[in-house]
Amino acid sequence: MATATGIHHRTYRSELRLRHTKAEYFRLALMLVLLLSAPYVLDKYWLGITNVILISVIGAVGLNILVGFTGQISLGQGGFLAVGAFTSAIISDRAGVPVPISILIAVVMTAAVGAFFGLPALRLKGLYLAIATLASQEIIMFVVRRWEWLTEGKGFLEVKRLQVGGFEIERRMFEVQWYWILLALAILAVVVARNLFRTTLGRSFMAVRDQDIAAEAIGVNITRAKVTAFAVSSGFVGLAGALTAHYTETVTWERFTLDVSVLYLAMIIVGGLGSIAGAVYGAIFMGLLPALLTELVDVLGSSMPALSDQLPALKNAVFGIAIIVFLLVEPRGLDRIWTRMKDYIRFWPFRY
Amino acid sequence: MNTFISLTVYGLSDGALLALAALGFVLIYKATRVINFAQGEFLLVGAYMFYTAFVVMRLPLILAALFGVLVAIVLGVVVERFVLRPLIGEHAISVIMVTIGLSAVLKALVQIFYGTAVREQPPILPTGTIQVAGATVPLNRLIVIGIAAIVLFAFSAFFQRSRHGVAMRAVADDQQAALTMGISVKRVFSLAWVLAAISALIAGVLLADLSAVEQGIAGFGLMVFPVVILGGLDSVPGTVVGGLVIGLLKQYVSGYADPGLAEVIPYIVLVAILIVRPYGIFGETRIERV
Repeated sequence: MATATGIHHRTYRSELRLRHTKAEYFRLALMLVLLLSAPYVLDKYWLGITNVILISVIGAVGLNILVGFTGQISLGQGGFLAVGAFTSAIISDRAGVPVPISILIAVVMTAAVGAFFGLPALRLKGLYLAIATLASQEIIMFVVRRWEWLTEGKGFLEVKRLQVGGFEIERRMFEVQWYWILLALAILAVVVARNLFRTTLGRSFMAVRDQDIAAEAIGVNITRAKVTAFAVSSGFVGLAGALTAHYTETVTWERFTLDVSVLYLAMIIVGGLGSIAGAVYGAIFMGLLPALLTELVDVLGSSMPALSDQLPALKNAVFGIAIIVFLLVEPRGLDRIWTRMKDYIRFWPFRY
Repeated sequence: MNTFISLTVYGLSDGALLALAALGFVLIYKATRVINFAQGEFLLVGAYMFYTAFVVMRLPLILAALFGVLVAIVLGVVVERFVLRPLIGEHAISVIMVTIGLSAVLKALVQIFYGTAVREQPPILPTGTIQVAGATVPLNRLIVIGIAAIVLFAFSAFFQRSRHGVAMRAVADDQQAALTMGISVKRVFSLAWVLAAISALIAGVLLADLSAVEQGIAGFGLMVFPVVILGGLDSVPGTVVGGLVIGLLKQYVSGYADPGLAEVIPYIVLVAILIVRPYGIFGETRIERV
């Protein structure tokens, strides 16, 4: 198995395992300890940021299924998040459906909308597809903004505090209780996505990404693979959207603009295209970046007061620079950097 | 009838600006196969640079315009050399994302130096009105149509007649063949970005003169996509037709139906075009091979 020269498999069973080395099990345990202790260590502010990151982990994993694994560029992420958020909010509040079921309906609904807007992908590729999904984003935004029935003319939706059966989120414990719910769902999403790519369906997605014509020649049904990829990916995104609605307790269209689509794309670029772990790293990176920048400006603000006025602009600048630098220096993202670090340690003192 | 004429003039002038903005976009796509999501920000930077020279530095109009062109040249060269060139041959997602990153940086830079408030700029074009077939239309809109027509004509003459223009067309047609004929593809790439920045500067300044010098100019860049899809991603005449059609369509819809719908109608056209004829009216159909 794992030796100084690399990981060598002797059976197919061992190759199919998700984790191969002791170090991987050790890191898993370490991560679990960190995740379990987080609500006791972090204060409300940082726990709130963690919760937002957990939601974006689900969304980024979903987007990476589409963009990173199937090679279909999507700029419609914000629109799909909106579909999930509005569906779940309206069904749970107006029809009185229990929240878990309304979230489930939102997931199915978003998957259906995603599959519909994925139809252009059957004829279009690359740049053209990017523009087509940009149009889907704008069209969904238009519907959300202009269709008064959705928000009853208020322009936004208020969502009741989360209540499942007899359990209701307490005001005092708001962030902590949400943390457990979101953590469980984020882990579920990651595990499902990770396993998806050990199945025939998942492999067919990757075949479409690598060479779609060749994939068709060896018997992959491209039409089905592409539409399913859009549906599955949008399902994850719908879950993220629905959770955003119930967690933030207000749904407005401003939360789902093109900037959000771009933010999610940035997450998977920075994290690493075509890697589930990468999507998680990217979501964490992009979630922490503005918060850390705010902290930094707070520290420097005493000596340079002009800096804090520039904070919003600085955030945008750093965001753009992060994307450019990652694409130029390490296009395969944080995931690749992490792999290289591990290799460096494993092979030390040799180069490779 | 009066409404119709004034809507037509507004639509044509919007369309002319869209065509100018789209021209830069198409130049870049034709020569380098890059989709430039920062086109709107190029307009923004152009408008603010002209504002800096004209209002802040109090230069005369001609010098201010020259200053704008100078900055546009530097911007084009720097962006091409340091941001896009390392990504030649990379996947489409990377190239799209790097221009998106670029747009965030450019917008943030403008915000850092100029803030978000609307800047006052004295009108460059005459502001009076003129009677056209019984309708009163603003003069500056008509002049914008004229300027855009001249610029577009100059650009197409450049492609047809000049050495560099022919070299650009050769590179767009077949990069390797162009290389073997001794054309410097690198220089053509730079030239494409520079020309795109200059056409964006002209569009940005004119747009700022019609509306105001503000951050919203960047949003105009998104409308470029329906235009280029309609006209064909790699067609210069397509930008004119696409720009005018989209400009007129937006004005008619907002005048006769619903201003909100006017914002989204270009995208509906875009989807329809993509479904029916993905390569646009004048675009080149490409056959794909394994």
